[in-house]
Order: sequence, then structure tokens, then C-alpha cells
Amino acid sequence: MADPALIEKLETIANRLRRHVIKMTHAAGSGHPGGSLSAADMVAALYFHELRVDPRRPDWPDRDRFIMSKGHACPVWYAALAERGYFPVEDLVKLRHVSSHLQGHPDMRKTPGVDMTAGPLGNGLSAGVGMALGARITGRDFRTYVMVGEGDQQEGCTWEAAMMAGFHKLGNLTLLIDYNRSQVDGKSDDILCLDPLADKWRSFNWAVRQIDGHDLGQILDALAWARDVTDAPTAILAHTVKGKGVSFMEDRHEWHGKAPNTGQAIAALAELGEEWQP
Amino acid sequence: MTPPEQRPSPALREDRPRRTLREAFGQTLVELGAEFPNLVVLDADISGSLKTGAFRRHFPERHINFGTAEQDMLMAAGGLSTTGLIPLACTYATFATMRACEQIRSFICYSRLNVKVMCSHGGLEVGWDGPTHQATEDVAIMRAMPNMTVVVPADAIAVPPLLRQVVALDGPTYFRMGRNPVPIIYDEGQRFDLGKAITLRTGSDLTIIAMGVMVSLALDAADTLAGQGIDARVLDVHTVKPLDGEAIEGAAQETGAIVTAEDHNVIGGLGGAVAEYLAEHAPVPVLRVGVPDTFGRSGDPADLFPMYGMAAPDIVAAAHRVLARKKAAKTRLRKSQGLR
Repeated sequence: MADPALIEKLETIANRLRRHVIKMTHAAGSGHPGGSLSAADMVAALYFHELRVDPRRPDWPDRDRFIMSKGHACPVWYAALAERGYFPVEDLVKLRHVSSHLQGHPDMRKTPGVDMTAGPLGNGLSAGVGMALGARITGRDFRTYVMVGEGDQQEGCTWEAAMMAGFHKLGNLTLLIDYNRSQVDGKSDDILCLDPLADKWRSFNWAVRQIDGHDLGQILDALAWARDVTDAPTAILAHTVKGKGVSFMEDRHEWHGKAPNTGQAIAALAELGEEWQP
Repeated sequence: MTPPEQRPSPALREDRPRRTLREAFGQTLVELGAEFPNLVVLDADISGSLKTGAFRRHFPERHINFGTAEQDMLMAAGGLSTTGLIPLACTYATFATMRACEQIRSFICYSRLNVKVMCSHGGLEVGWDGPTHQATEDVAIMRAMPNMTVVVPADAIAVPPLLRQVVALDGPTYFRMGRNPVPIIYDEGQRFDLGKAITLRTGSDLTIIAMGVMVSLALDAADTLAGQGIDARVLDVHTVKPLDGEAIEGAAQETGAIVTAEDHNVIGGLGGAVAEYLAEHAPVPVLRVGVPDTFGRSGDPADLFPMYGMAAPDIVAAAHRVLARKKAAKTRLRKSQGLR
């Protein structure tokens, strides 16, 4: 079991990341708050506990890698990178602005700490397979983490990569599935249901653990478990809620790719414990 | 009946020995593997065809077969490149440039990842396997991508030096080879520089600008034209991107007429690149010989090339047509000057 003090610290950070997401997408006037909020707890656990990274050396060859395959959820990733010290927190509200290094979808050549460009769904796991194979070939012990959503798993390339990782027993590769069951057009259960999802990954020779993706204790335990599995790639199937933390966004697919207006941002931030005026 | 593997490609030059580019590629890989300890070779179930077997035997820990999963292979190549390795992803041109088009465009090229896309089966020259396996749009697709270098060697001699330079280059590259044995046109020791066209034959009446298997045919056409008293220059544009603008502009200014020759759709490939360049820098009459914006069909390339207007006599005919246009333009110019 994870240390309660650590859990509390990470909960505080996740809440801060969520507040950034609201302010960033509000300032940009566009962007993807829903999937950012659902991923916030896992991103907090990765960047403030699990990942072996050094913000002063974003190109450190032995760093752990993180790929946000659901690249549209980059606001929460950028927020974590800024809070972790890769670049100034003030940069965050310039999201999507022409002068900013923070692109609408992650660009590894513009933003420090972004290990792989992302956006077109279904590609991140293949990139992660490449990194994990690269670690094996070069004899390095870094780990690679990939986060995917529903759309990623509806794309075929994810399953090509799944087969490859399972066959090669890539124990240095961990997949985090942000399973909020919601996508652009509505519920994934109605559009193209992914279930039985855990069985799918198991059948591709992955080790699978299911968790509540908003319970930081469970997230930390699962990440520790993933590190200990060395003979198979690991999938953490995290059941999440799109828009988590903001009542009017929760489980609403309409908030996949829509920015809050000023009134909505004020209300959202109030729910997240911040009195805010633009 | 001669098995397809041994049959000559439509390139004539009967007096010259022939070799496949793939074979030269496979041999060079072993040398480069020893020289570059970070070189990794990726295959998608057609390693036999791409001739990567020798590399695999020498460096098994640096060879990965992805199975028939080209998107995964190209995207994983992107991931591998971020760990300091130089991945060469090997498959047929259709599969890499179309099935894995997004991975090449939105990840490899956009992020300037050091991935080499190594393809055989470029063009109608594939022959028997038919249009699904004949890549006739690949150069156009690859050329349209920012940060991409596009290399199309003309014979087996050109492969080792160009491949070596491609591996040493930091950035995405598309390397296009054909399927069949083609005539050796270069002497050992010929110098190749990425981005620099080679003048294979000097001439002043017109220039035939060719790539790949068509370079050999361009030389045949130039021989025929010489017999007719026409002095044709021949350029081998082994690097389609970045295009050697200096050589092309020089050819236009010094010979005043251009025929392009490529085993590729006339849209968007070498002919397109040359026409774009000349329209802006040195407009002269241009005719493009290549696949006439249509799909191919199964058959012996020796039959297909004349059928699609891509044989040496077609280049000769295009030369005559472009010279007629050059002459007409001169006459118009003289008339307009006379009137003034």
C-alpha cells in the first residue's frame, strides 16, 4: 500500500493540474479539457512519483519515457511538465497561441519533456514499442509508459503494436488505459464498444490490472506492480470519468474538445477549490 | 520459360551486365552494420525480398521483423530513433509510403526523426505482381513531405555510396529501388554526392533528366538521338529532393529543351519537380515521360514499358516533340524581334 502522505501530496498536485487545464483551455478558447481531466491523477502519479526523469536534462538518455498517445489531452501533460520544472508555469496559458511552444497536439521538437509527437490516434504504442526495443538493444534500463484512450484502441496500429510487444515480452513497457468510455461523438459503448477490453489485452499476451483511475493509492500500487513484471508488457486498465472534478463536465462527451467560456471556467475552478477571475 | 527473377528489365543496354539494386543494398548493409554500431534493420515479413538476410545473420541483435505490420514498423522506427539508433525500415514502396503514410508524415518527417525508409518495388517495373504492388505515386507522396530527402539510385553501383551517405545523414530519408536486375551504367569509383545530379552524357540540343531505372533508358535514347544528329545531355537525378536546381537550370539554359523520364506517375514525381522548378527559374519546353496518370497492369516490364509509353523509343519521340517546341519558340521570338 502506498504511503498516505504521498497519496495526499499527489491528490493536491492532480487538483493543481486540473485547475491549469481549465485556465489553459479557457485562455486558448479551444482544446480538450474532458480527456485531460480524466487523465490528471495518473499523470500526477507518473511525473511526481513514478518516472525517473530530470527536468534539467530532458534529453537524458536513461530517462523514463512517457508518450501521450491520446495527444489531445496534452493540456494536462503540459501542466505536469511545467509544474515539474521543464518550463515556466507562465507558459501554460499561451497554449495554442502562435507564439507558444505549446502546440495543440504535442510536438517533441518544440516542448521540452515531450518524448514523442502525438495527435493522430493509435500511434503512441508503436512508438513506445520502438523505445522499449531501443532500450533493450542499447542495454539501457529506462522504462517506457504510454497512455491511450478509446480512440487509440479503435485504430488498428495499436493492435499491431500490442501483438509486437506481447510477442517480444517487453517488460519495460507499460500501457495506461484512460478508459472513460467517452469519445468525440458520444459513448464508446454505443459507437464502437471496446469490451471485453482486459481480455483483449490479455489475449495479446499482456499482463493486465484493472484499477479506479482516480484512486491514487490504486494508481501507485499498479505502477509498482508494472515495474515488477519483467516478462510481459503491462497494461493498467484505469476506469475513469471524462471531465473528472468538474461536475458539469463529468461523463459528458460534449467536453471532449470544447473550451470553457469565462463563466464556466469560474464555476469549474470554484469546484476545484480556486477563486478565480480572468 | 525464364523465371521472373532472372528476366531482364525493360532497360535495354543489352551489352551491359545487370544487377538488382536490392542485392547491392543487402551487401552494403553488412558493411554499414559493422561501421555503424547503432544501425538497426527492420523488416515487415519481406526480408527475403529486401535482401536483409546477410545483415540479420551478422547482427541478429540489431534486426527486428515486425511481421506484416508496416504502420507499427514505421512508428516503432520513430521510437527507436529517439534512443540513439538509426533504424532502416525495409518494405515495398506501396506499403511504406501509403499504408504507413501517416506515420512517415506526422511523426517521422514532422519531428525530423532519423528514420530511413528503404523500399524496393518502386514503379511499373515491378511487373508481374500488378498495380497493387507497383508504386507509381510514392515519390510524389514522399517529396511533398517537409524534411524528407528522396533518393532514387539508378543502378547497383550507385547504391553503396548513396546508402552510406543516407545513413550518415541525420534526418528522414526515402530510398527507392526497383525490383529487377538493371544494367550497370556506372563505373566502380564513380563519385556520388547526395543532392547533386550526375551528368552522364554531355549535349547541347536538349537534356533528358531521368531517375532510377529510366536513366539507363535515357542513355539508350540519347544513343539513338545521336545517330539522328541530335546531341542530348543526360542527367541522373538520384536525389529528387532536395532537387539539384543548379544542374537543372543549367540544362535548361544551355540546351533549351527538357525531357524528364521516370518510372512513376508523371504527376508529382521527378517530372513534376523539374517542371515546377523550371516554371519559376528558367521556363523552357518540358515533356514528361512516365506513367501517364493511370494504373499499371500485370505483365513483363519489357511489355509494359512500351505499352505505357515509357520505353527508350518513347523518350526519343518525346525528344523530337520537345525540340519542335523549342524551334517553334525560337521562330516566334525571331518573328517578334523582326516586327519590332
